[in-house]
Amino acid sequence: MNEFAIEAEGLRKAFGSVTALDGLTLRVPTGSVVGLLGPNGSGKTTTVSILSTALRPDGGRAAVRGLDVVADAARVRAAIGFAGQFAAVDPNLTGRENLTLIGRLSRVGRRPARARAEQLLDVFGLGDAADRLVRGYSGGMRRRLDLAAALVHRPPVLFLDEPTTGLDPESRFQLWESVRDLARAGTTVLLTTQYLEEADALTDQVVIIAAGRVADTGTPRQLKERFGTVVFTLDFAAPADALAASRLLAAAGYQAEADRAGLRVRSDSGSGALPGLLRALDRLPDPVSVGVREPTLDDVFLTLTGQVPASQGGIPA
Amino acid sequence: MTAIPVVARTPARPALERLTNAIWDTIDVSGRNLRSLTRNPQALIFATIQPMIFVLLFRYAFGGAIKVPGVSYVDFLMPGVFAQSVAFGAIGTAVGLSADLRSGLLVRFRTLPMSRIAVLAGRTLADLARNLVVVAVMLGVGYAVGFRSPAGATALLAALGLVIAFAYALSWAFTALGLRVSDPEAAQGAGVPVVFLLVFTSSAFVPSADMPGWLQAFGTHQPVNALVVAERALIFGQPAAHDVLISLAWSGGLLLAFAALSLRVYTRMNR
Repeated sequence: MNEFAIEAEGLRKAFGSVTALDGLTLRVPTGSVVGLLGPNGSGKTTTVSILSTALRPDGGRAAVRGLDVVADAARVRAAIGFAGQFAAVDPNLTGRENLTLIGRLSRVGRRPARARAEQLLDVFGLGDAADRLVRGYSGGMRRRLDLAAALVHRPPVLFLDEPTTGLDPESRFQLWESVRDLARAGTTVLLTTQYLEEADALTDQVVIIAAGRVADTGTPRQLKERFGTVVFTLDFAAPADALAASRLLAAAGYQAEADRAGLRVRSDSGSGALPGLLRALDRLPDPVSVGVREPTLDDVFLTLTGQVPASQGGIPA
Repeated sequence: MTAIPVVARTPARPALERLTNAIWDTIDVSGRNLRSLTRNPQALIFATIQPMIFVLLFRYAFGGAIKVPGVSYVDFLMPGVFAQSVAFGAIGTAVGLSADLRSGLLVRFRTLPMSRIAVLAGRTLADLARNLVVVAVMLGVGYAVGFRSPAGATALLAALGLVIAFAYALSWAFTALGLRVSDPEAAQGAGVPVVFLLVFTSSAFVPSADMPGWLQAFGTHQPVNALVVAERALIFGQPAAHDVLISLAWSGGLLLAFAALSLRVYTRMNR
């Protein structure tokens, strides 16, 4: 058993004159869920495409379960599941036919492919729609089928490229639940996402990438605490209270600005600063409402790269 | 940073196992494409309507003005219509593949432990079946408007065999095209002019002798014309060996060249 299910070292990839990966190095411990976070064009899709053998790196090396993704691509393919940014299923086949086809092409065997399709359709709540054409499925159903298709051969390592982009909240939660189940069963998952919230909900470890390199690594909590700014908003009954509160907080070392009866307080130490902040206001009337805006990927990204996330469009898969 | 362990490249699987896998994968992929086809019958209907209109137009509207010495025009026309229908049908190969490319299905296929060539061979095999249906329909239409093979059924079957061989080879040419364009619309847009040029400079509808010399020079030295000439030689019971060989040589050459090119394009799509 390898300690790391996925290892990449100094990966480089360019598309014409556009550098997608510029020496990317990462390791994913076996059995963990790791999220690749970054804005569009940062190299997320390129990274998972290379690791899942769909794309060849220009330089560097990568291995899945100790197997080189270029030299030993055929054996890597038997060990991985891949679900891309778009549901790569055939709209003119039924859900069952899609899964059976992928099962056969994944060398599961003809009879086991049918049985496995049946099982996955149930697990993903597609049992009732199993014999309907996929072109009649909703976006969420297609994504679930796509994820199921990545799992037909029970791969120990799974790559998911923006698995919930464009999904409604309910479908997103269902997909998250599926990923959690897989992780509990021991599957190693590397997923890309643009949402810190998603990384928060699913991952053990987050790798932030920017301009084709790893900018930082940590648990979601560590990253937010390190780079994110939490903003508290407190509303008081009277502007005089807000003003008094801002003076008290400034004296206690907080950055606070009052605006009529409202108050905005920035904190670099996470939302855990809230009780302390409220204690500092003990002598004043209680605020009418308290809001907390958690740091976002944009905050982390801004801090890490010092620039606004570039939206230069996706790198071709 | 610990170094990534160097793993020796796995020895290639035995050739026989690879071949068996490739055959099964091809069957599975073509089964998928045939199913898609039956669920989306418009494509098949349009593939037969266009040549049907040509049969009616040339049989009844223009046919009276085209004089082919010594033979009935409808017998002259139908070999051209068979060639035309499979030539236009081949564009469907490019359209289907580029649709799979755009939907991300080809990326998924690249991450599966399946045979590489099966993705393409499965597509062309399914399109071969589609072409058989189209040719059968056109044969019925031809019969309805008075087409009879003067040299009999065996000669007709041999001629249709040439048509199918050409259809298969051309579908590999359009495989390469489908992999190189960005979307189905582009595949259609790039394919139609090529096929138009080949079909209408050939003698499919009008004898080459009635064309100006420069056009004849091109029109008589291309695969659609070679096919039509060989079909007619068979159907009219003329000495056909030479023309049949030329047509088969075109089909064989196109097949080898474009199958190799398509496979190369496909395996290099990961760059």
